[in-house]
Amino acid sequence: MNGVAVVWEQRSLLFDGLLNTLWITASAMVVAAVLGVVLFALTLTRLTLLRRSLWLVIDLLRCVPFMLFCYLIYYGLPSFGIVVNNLTAGIVALSVYHGAYLAELLRGIHESLPRDAEDAGRAFGFHGARLVMRIVLPPVLLAAVPMLGNQAVQVIKDSAFLVIIAVEELTYAADEIQATYYVPFASFVAAVLLYWLLCLTVEGGVRIVLNAAEARR
Amino acid sequence: MTAPPVLSVTGLTKSFGANLVLDGISLAVQEGETVCLLGPSGSGKSTLLRCINWLERPDSGAVFIAGERMGVRGGGNAPMSDAELSRLRMRIGFVFQHFALWPHLSVLQNVMAAPVHVQRIPRPQAQAQAEALLERVGLAARKNAYPAQLSGGQKQRVGIARALAMKPRLLLFDEPTSALDPELVGEVLAVMRDLAGAGMTMVVVTHEMGFARDAADRVVFMDHGRVVETGPPDVFFERPQTDRARQFLMRYAGRAAVPASLAGTAGAGGLA
Repeated sequence: MNGVAVVWEQRSLLFDGLLNTLWITASAMVVAAVLGVVLFALTLTRLTLLRRSLWLVIDLLRCVPFMLFCYLIYYGLPSFGIVVNNLTAGIVALSVYHGAYLAELLRGIHESLPRDAEDAGRAFGFHGARLVMRIVLPPVLLAAVPMLGNQAVQVIKDSAFLVIIAVEELTYAADEIQATYYVPFASFVAAVLLYWLLCLTVEGGVRIVLNAAEARR
Repeated sequence: MTAPPVLSVTGLTKSFGANLVLDGISLAVQEGETVCLLGPSGSGKSTLLRCINWLERPDSGAVFIAGERMGVRGGGNAPMSDAELSRLRMRIGFVFQHFALWPHLSVLQNVMAAPVHVQRIPRPQAQAQAEALLERVGLAARKNAYPAQLSGGQKQRVGIARALAMKPRLLLFDEPTSALDPELVGEVLAVMRDLAGAGMTMVVVTHEMGFARDAADRVVFMDHGRVVETGPPDVFFERPQTDRARQFLMRYAGRAAVPASLAGTAGAGGLA
């Protein structure tokens, strides 16, 4: 009971954490989406060497634990003279990591869709970038909407790991409150509920996009 | 003997692994001709169509579109770039068995896409032309629908309008009615009959014997990757010259005879 009152008193701290989580994940999602689409488009190239090396990198990234990847970006990059603050490191880590996931996800969807429409594109003279942008990519993206939502939820959840490089996001705020006032249960439950709220927002967004795109799928 | 044939195929071969699908096909199609490719499943008809516009690369032999060599540069063996292929493919309309419409584009956008983005025709002009073509295939009212909202017959008519929008010299049909419910076959064949009557040059892979009999100028019968017999439809259907053609036709005649009540509708190709 007392814990809830304490958390309520410290709500501005939680709220600041929530805001940080919100814009960190939102910007990471945007960068990851662009990166994922570009990576996927590049892997459609006929340049075998480029394609193979891209898949190697993507596969490697998918197999690295996110926390380790965070450490690598924040503590590892300075050995190469690239020093970034913790916030930038966090956003970069989230974006690159999930960009690779997205590329892999788009590849899976692309392989599951009928090849016909792409053949038709070629038969009617589309080729190169125009084939990818006008014919190949749109159906893949439309089919990907529900999974893009899932991926966004993953980004939100992974953003909590940024606490390890002291990014002041929601989990960091909850941890501070519990450490200062010894109210672990109330403060962490409050954080959980706020994460849930974020996920519900994503799910709502997915539903809106799905309704709008229904006829085209 | 003045103008080269719209399509000329010489000695075409193609294997998938150990499976020889095309075994030295030669074929010429003149301006305004409608040629029906008949033959049992697996005889290589669809592969031949896909080799004509280089969706599949043949292993040997040559394809000429109005005298121009397809897929190969000059006299040599260097493969064409995508841009060069694209230029030749624009002269060939292709109608797919499973329609292959672009699902994210409306009916009108499907018909306009290649003229606008590949041929670089100004949008208002492409739209007027697309609307006229949709009128011609009886789908002007559905121009803002998406493919998923159409019946199979409607999808295939959009597929035909899309192919015509390129103003092609040659139209290739790959079993255009075999993915359709029987009651929808007639509307598609009616459009194709119209085109044949209007002097379009067409190569049609089909199992619709009724269509081949009364719309084709010439029938080419294939089996095991070879042209077994070719001739005018009345000769082919009344007095086939080879045993294999006779067997093939008997199987079809037998099938048509069983459901006598259907013989006049779907089996014969509808709108007679």
